This record gives sequence, C-alpha cells and structure tokens, in this order.
Amino acid sequence: MSIPTPQHARELHRELTAIWGNLPGWGTLAAVNHTSVGLRFMLTGAVFFLLGGILAMLIRTQLAIPDNTLLDAGSYNQLFTMHGTIMMFLFAIPVLEGLAMYLVPKMTGTRDLLFPRIGAFGYYCYLFGGIIIMVSLFAGIAPDAGWFMYTPLSDAEFSPGRGPDFWLLGITFVEISAVSAGVELTVSILRSRAPGMTLTRMPVFCWCILVMALMIVFGFPPLILASILLELERAAGMPFFTVAAGGDPLLWQHLFWLFGHPEVYIIYLPAAGVVSTLIPVFAQRPLVGYGWVVFSFLLMGFISFALWAHHMFTVGIPVAAQAFFSIASMLVAIPTGIQVFSWLATLWYGRVVFSVPMLWVSGFLVIFVCGGLTGVMLALVPFNWQVHDTHFVVAHMHYVLVGGMFFPLIAGLYYWLPLFSGKMPSEALGKWGFWLTFGGFNTTFLLMHLTGLLGMPRRIYTYSSEMGWGWLNLLSSVGGFIMAAGIAVIVVDIALHLRFGRRAPNNPWHADTLEWALDMPPPPYNFVSIPTISSRHPLWDNRNLAQEIAAGQHALADTAHGRREVLYTRGMDAQPQAIAHLPGNSWVPLQTAAVLAVFCICLLTRSYTLAVAVASVSALLLLRWSLFNGAHPAAAPLQHANEADVQTPHLTARPRSALPLHSRTLDGPGLWGMKVTLMADATLYLCLLFAWVYFWISPERPLPEQMALNMPTLLGSSVLILLSCLIYHNLLRRAVAGRGEGILLRLGLACALLALHCVLTLWLLLRSPLQLTTLTHDAMIAFVFLYLMFHSVLALAATLIQISRYRSRYISEQLPYEFLVLAPWWTYTTVIAWSVPLLFAGLPWLWIAS
Amino acid sequence: MSTLDPAGSGAREAYYLWWGMAVFFGAVLVAVVALWIHALRRPPADDAATATSHSDSPRTQQQQNLWIIGGGIVLPLLSIMAVLAFGIPAGKRMAGAGIDPDSMLEIHVTAHQWWWLVRYADTGLTLINELHIPAGTPVKLTLTSADVIHSFWVPRIGQKLDAIPGHVNQLFLQADEAGIYPGVCAEFCGLSHAHMTFELHAHAPADFSAWQQTQQSAGGRE
Repeated sequence: MSIPTPQHARELHRELTAIWGNLPGWGTLAAVNHTSVGLRFMLTGAVFFLLGGILAMLIRTQLAIPDNTLLDAGSYNQLFTMHGTIMMFLFAIPVLEGLAMYLVPKMTGTRDLLFPRIGAFGYYCYLFGGIIIMVSLFAGIAPDAGWFMYTPLSDAEFSPGRGPDFWLLGITFVEISAVSAGVELTVSILRSRAPGMTLTRMPVFCWCILVMALMIVFGFPPLILASILLELERAAGMPFFTVAAGGDPLLWQHLFWLFGHPEVYIIYLPAAGVVSTLIPVFAQRPLVGYGWVVFSFLLMGFISFALWAHHMFTVGIPVAAQAFFSIASMLVAIPTGIQVFSWLATLWYGRVVFSVPMLWVSGFLVIFVCGGLTGVMLALVPFNWQVHDTHFVVAHMHYVLVGGMFFPLIAGLYYWLPLFSGKMPSEALGKWGFWLTFGGFNTTFLLMHLTGLLGMPRRIYTYSSEMGWGWLNLLSSVGGFIMAAGIAVIVVDIALHLRFGRRAPNNPWHADTLEWALDMPPPPYNFVSIPTISSRHPLWDNRNLAQEIAAGQHALADTAHGRREVLYTRGMDAQPQAIAHLPGNSWVPLQTAAVLAVFCICLLTRSYTLAVAVASVSALLLLRWSLFNGAHPAAAPLQHANEADVQTPHLTARPRSALPLHSRTLDGPGLWGMKVTLMADATLYLCLLFAWVYFWISPERPLPEQMALNMPTLLGSSVLILLSCLIYHNLLRRAVAGRGEGILLRLGLACALLALHCVLTLWLLLRSPLQLTTLTHDAMIAFVFLYLMFHSVLALAATLIQISRYRSRYISEQLPYEFLVLAPWWTYTTVIAWSVPLLFAGLPWLWIAS
Repeated sequence: MSTLDPAGSGAREAYYLWWGMAVFFGAVLVAVVALWIHALRRPPADDAATATSHSDSPRTQQQQNLWIIGGGIVLPLLSIMAVLAFGIPAGKRMAGAGIDPDSMLEIHVTAHQWWWLVRYADTGLTLINELHIPAGTPVKLTLTSADVIHSFWVPRIGQKLDAIPGHVNQLFLQADEAGIYPGVCAEFCGLSHAHMTFELHAHAPADFSAWQQTQQSAGGRE
C-alpha cells in the first residue's frame, strides 16, 4: 500500500472530477449528477414558492377589507386555486425531493443516486410541467375549481374552459417527476449505503426520506389515476364521475384524498428528518430514542393511508366509517408525540448551542404542536361538521404545513448553507428573518382560527361588513405582509452571503453525519474514497475521517477505468455486493422531457393526431435511453468484466476488491428499480379496482343490456399471454444457468404469442359495442383494457429490443442480468391479463347472466 | 354568523366541544412550549451522553424511555379518549339519535348554482333562498344538488352537510328560539360561491302554523 501524499490527493481529485463533472457551458443541461439535479430542484422550487407567495399576498390584499373590489370572483378563484397548486405540487414536494436527492448520497457515503438519468428526467418533467401550469395563470385561463378539483365543478359542463386541463395534464406531468424520484430514492437508500452502514446505523434523515419515498410510490398513483380519468371525461366524454351514466363525484374525492392525505405526511416527514438531524447536533449528543423515532416515522407512514376520508366528514358517508377515520386521524398524535418528546428529551439531556437553525427549529415546534392540536380537534367529527370549510381549517392547515414543512426547511437551509456554498450567512439578518416570519405568520393565522369560528367560509372572494370579520381579516393581512418581509430578509441574507459570507470552517456545527466530511461546496463525486462505517456517528467517532477519505485511503479510490462507480450494497447490513457503474452526462433526459412537454401541449390544444406523432418520438427516445446500458460498449464492455487487474499503481491506495460490476451479477439496481416501479403501478391498478367496486356498490348504476365482450375470446387471449410469459421465464432460467442454445428461439416465440395476444385484445375491444360516452360501466371496461394494452405492448417492445441486444451479445447466457430486470414486468402483465377478464369482465357477465 | 353564539342544538354541542378542547389543548401547548424552553436552557446531567461518549447511563436511559412513553404514547392516548368521551355522544345527538324522523317536519333542499330551492314535503310549498321552521323542535332536511357540490350551513343553528348530485343527505336541525339566522354555501361551487346565501327563519310554534296557513292560502310561490 502506498502512502498518500498531498500531490496524490490532488491528482485523485482532478481525475475524479474529470469523470464525474458536468459538461462545460450549455453542456451543464446534460448533467445527471445528484448534486446538480438536487440544487436545481431546490432553486426552481424556491422560485415557485415566491410566485405562490405573491398570489397569497394578492389573496390577503383582497380579503383585507370587506366588500373589496380589487379582484373579481373569477380572478380570485384562479388565484387561490393556483396558490394551493403551486405551494403543494411545485414547491413543497419538489423542494423536499431536491433536498433529499442532494443530501442522501452524501449522508449514506456514496457518490450518486443509482438512477442518475431518471433524476435529471424528473427535474425536467417538473420544470416543464410547472411552466405549462404557470402559463395558464399569466394567460388568465388558469384552473379555478380549487386545488382539489372536485367534480362536477371541474368537469366539461361546469368548467368548459381549458383551466382544469392545464391542471390535470400539468400536474400529472409533474407527478412523473415525483414518482421517479420516489423510486430512485427508495432503491438508492436501500442498496448503495457505505459498507457497514446497517439500517440501524443509518442517519434519521435517511429513514425519513426512505419512508417518504415509499409513501410517494404508494400515494401518488391514486391521483395520477384520478387525473387521467377526469381528463378522459373532459376530453373524450367518458363518464367516470357523471351521475347520469352511473358515475359518482365522490369517487373523485376518495381518489384525490387517498393521495392528498398521505401527501401531507410526505411533506412533513423530510421536515421531521431535518429536525431530528439538527437537534442532536445542536445538543451535541445522540438523539434520544433513535429506535422509537424511526418506528414513529414508519407508523406515521402506515396510518397516513387510513385517514383520507377525514376530509370528507360532511359528504354524508356512513357513521361507522366516520368513526373509523376520526379515530385513525387522532392516532397520528401518537407518532407525532413520540417525535416531539424524543426531541424534547434530547435537548433536556444535552448542552444546547444556540444558533439561527435552532431558532427555526424552536419556531417549528411552537407552530407545529399548535397545528397538531387543532388537527386532533378537527378529527373530532361533530366539531369538524361545524368548522369544516371555514377559515378555521385554513388556519389549521397553514399551521401544519408552514410549521411542519417551511420552518424546518429554513432551519435546514441555514444549517446546510455552508455545505451548499462554503460560506456562512449573517447571524443578525438570520434572526431578523426568523422573528419577522414567525411574528407575521402567527398574526396571520392564529387570528384566522377565530375568523373561522365566527363563521367565515373558505374560498369566498369577498364578504359584507355586517359579518364582523373585517378587523380580523385586516390584521391577518398585515401579518401576511410582515411574514413576506421576513421571507424577503431571508432571500437577501442568502444572496448577500454568497458575496460577502465568511469562509465556513470544516464541519462548522461539529456534526456527526458524513456529508460534513466533504469539501464545501462538495465536489461532483462527493467522496474520493468510500469509508466503512461502524456507528451512527462516524464524524464524532473518527475526527480524522474527512482527511482519510480525501487521501483516498478507503474503497473505490482508483480512477483509471474512467467509469462512474459506486458501491452496491446489501439492504440490511450494507455489505458490498457489486460495483454499480452509473451512466454519465446525457442529453436524453432533457430531450425526452421536452418531447413529453410537447405531447402535453398537444393534448391541451386537443391536437390528437400530432399528439400520436409526438408520443412515437418520445417512445423512440426512451428506447435510445435503454440502449446505453449494461454491456453496451459505451458503458462497460464485456471483455473488461474483471477489470480489477487494470490498475495504475500510484493511484490505487488499496488493492481493488474482487467485486463484480453490477451488470455481471443477478441482482443490480435496475431489478430493484423495476420492482419498486411495479409497486407504484400495482397501486394504480388497485385504485382502479377500488373504483370498480365503488361503482358496483353504489345504488344507482345503469348497466349495459348485454355483456359487450366475448368471454371465450378474452380467456383465449389470456392463455396466449400466459404461455408467452412461461416461455420467457423458461429462457430466463436457461440464461441464468448459462445454457445459450434455444434462447433466441424462445425470445421469438414469446414475442409472437404476445403479439397475438395484443392483436386479439385490440380486435376484441374495437368490435365490442361499448357505450363509452353514456355508461360509466363501459367506460371503465374500456379504460382497464387500455391499461392492459399499455403493459402488453410495452412488454412486447422491450422484448423485441432484447432480441436485437441478444444478437449484438449485449445480453447473453454470460450476461443474463437484463432478462432478470424485464421478468417482473412480464409476470405483472400476465397477472393483469388474467385479472382483467375475471374481475372486470367476468363479474358483470355473471351478474347479467344471472 | 358566529358559531360562538349558538342558537340551535347542533351548534351548541360543537360550541361546548370547542371550548373544552380549546382550554385543554391550550394547556398542553403551553406545557410543551414551557418544557422546550426549559430544556434549551437547562445544563445537562453528568451521566448523560455527549458527542464524545455516546451512551447514557442506565438510569438516564430509563428516564428517557419514560419521556417518550409518557409524552409520546400515554398523553396522546389519554387525550384522545377524553376527547372521544365527550365527542361521540355529542356526535350522536347531532346526527339525530333518539329522535323519530317520521314525526317531524321534512323539507327538501335542492342546491343550484347559486341558489337554494326549498320544498316542504307535506304541503309542496316551494321557496327560494329562504327556510321557515318551527323553533324548539327538530326538523329534517333532505339535501341534494342539481348541478355541482354545495354545502348547507347555518352556523348559529347547527352543523353543515353537503348537497351532492346523485346523493340525498339527511340533516337534523333545531333552533332554540324564534329569529332570523343567516346561512351560506360552505363548499366552493364556482363563480358566485361567496353570494350563495340564504336565511333561516325560526318561528314560535304558533307563529309557524300561522305562517304555513298564510302561505297555503296564497298558493305558495312556484
């Protein structure tokens, strides 16, 4: 082993930067690096936050005095709809995702997330989707049916304009980015932690992000489904929510809140993670009750999926259901209580260092506890009946969201600012910013509880002076502007610190987590070498760790291969399993997102022919995307499978371990990405089933006079796909066993049978007399078949590509990894192909036959 | 419009629940914030963990578990039980438990963008944006909508309930005394949502019969 020298360290830095750095100039748009993408998410989110804040100020100005004529009802409705939409979808979630993407690899001791191009693609989807939504506002045709888009107000009859289409298409586009980030973060946290960082040694923040990412995976599909259904209803007249055809507007509410309530916790959890990270650092001791806190996050994630209907206590759902959702909502007080008292105990048993981040954490506590308590009040059904849809709820919600998300976010911002920029912000300005925001916030929203109790409903653009709400609203508006001033001070502080801030010392807060072992600002590769972790507090245990890492004394310090490499480790105990080689800078994410944006615009302008053409282009781009994978010469050619021997002696401080590249194993990141994606997909399918059952149990449901689909043909087509799936699994087993003969034949056979299945299903659908625009029943049948077709056609396309890749020997019996990645998709599609005829066509068939 | 000035049975139930919870939870909030401020200033015990020694003494660990179990589990559970002990009976009374819905006056209310159509089940009398009920006795409203979702709310009298197309919801209301009480649509319903108001007139029982008779002799208003 050679002794590292300063020159050696500099040389390592230069070579790693050449491998991991972004392209110069405009090339930076091709960046896939998590540090760049994370910062872009956060900065874009900050811009949207300021825009949403301006809308809030307009709202407060309008409501400041009774009978105000500044805004008319139409503009006001657009403003509050867009305020909610921007703050929830374009600010809160993307900023937190950005923070997670930026921090997680640095905290878990790795160099990047496992799907870098997906991260960049998600960012561009978010950016373009956000721009599309904002355009509607500046054009004066913004959605005006509320951020919750309740039908029938948002349907084609009552909202004939394009507003809801902007919302439905734009938000769905943005949600692609959320779900892809959810998948990326889940797999990365579970499979790329530094060696030795077992799950019980993982920083609390990463636990929060893991739970958040899983909640996104399960929580967003209901809204994606609901948005697609509503857009189909608006654009194609398929009546999913229309009463006369057998639909129900309440189905929208169920699906919306099935997303909407987990979402609140999706926003809160990362913030709680920030608080749980900061408090131990500023108390200079470990968090009290680490296990309890992690348990409480998991518990919160579970409970949050069982309380959506507490937004619906006044719609007339059965009393027993109201009781269930009421108690479930109150039970959230237990995980929250565990967190609050664990933080309290940490401060109690520690020696607290005062600082601006701690100020924001304390402000968070006051506001969030207050919001939590009014939350328990609102969970009590009889009280909810009285104050639901009043300003009391507006006050509660802002206490929870601003207290539970914005305050911790700013605490985190001040805490990690030295990491972002390498400089310290101003203590004095920081305090001014806090007290103005804190004072302004409470003036605005504490009083608003009373305004609501005095009977002021939500979402009214004006009120008469006789109501007696004038003085309260005036004070709320004054408070709002004070809060805006506070936020302006923060923005100024951050802008000034970039120019005038003093250089931050290394690890300025004496923190324990790995991100503080990095240079500030961090280099694109994060760690020169990957350390082995032996406790929850690596930097407290080993004060020299940062120097050791920089000197290349730990793993993966060689650069001669020129690849972006990270360790791929086991989920529970983080034992290294393989070396994942990640793709570098790529234009494909930007190109694909841009084409999808054009697709989105085509749908908005209802140019469907053009939309089909654009969709084909995006499909081609995605196929091109999948080309540079695994054994492609551009990534890592097969002949270099055992590259461990390629060493430049003076650069390799440590002999390279005998770990294989992930594409040479049977268990790589792609397999897990596929599985987690299918979890999101299956959730969407379950929501579709929920909608179907909901249809059958509703009292009024017009049915077609005869079963439109031919059951025997349907079952025949399911047998075809089952056969092709069995063949695919058979060839997979052969490839894994290293037997090459007959693989190509089986691939061809599987494709032929699958193609037959697709043709048969399509033919069946086209010749069936489905009454798509008059019966909810038939519209749902058609939709579920489209869902099936999407899966089987994609399986066919992917397998056809595999044939071509097999012929080029990028996949083979020596490299069976990509067969393994695609196998779960095949299985899932087959399950869908059997459950669709049985559950969706068979049930009504039996019903009508009897 | 104030729910803090109740004039009906449902509003009164919610009013008591509000003050009970406000006092109790107010005390919880003050206590937690006071503990927090004290914890920030308090010097730590000698046997507690620090950044250099990560383990608390067994005695400290026991205390810490008490913090979390006491504050995080027992306190929320007790609070929830207390809230439910008052809330569940109140909710049952508000939902009309123990009253016979067949014997009472039934009024059909159909919400429209942006007005209320009121029809008396017994007489067929129809009114717009105006309800008349006898004071001191519960009445049954059946709510539905002709277009989008609305919500019927008379804050001083009782709870709100949504009027949803394709659904019929039942709401029981009882005004204590004669008077005129303002009502609003509480669910956002489009452009004129802010102006979708109505009046609820509660009459002393004798006056109500007299009002009914004058309306019937006038032939109602279609």
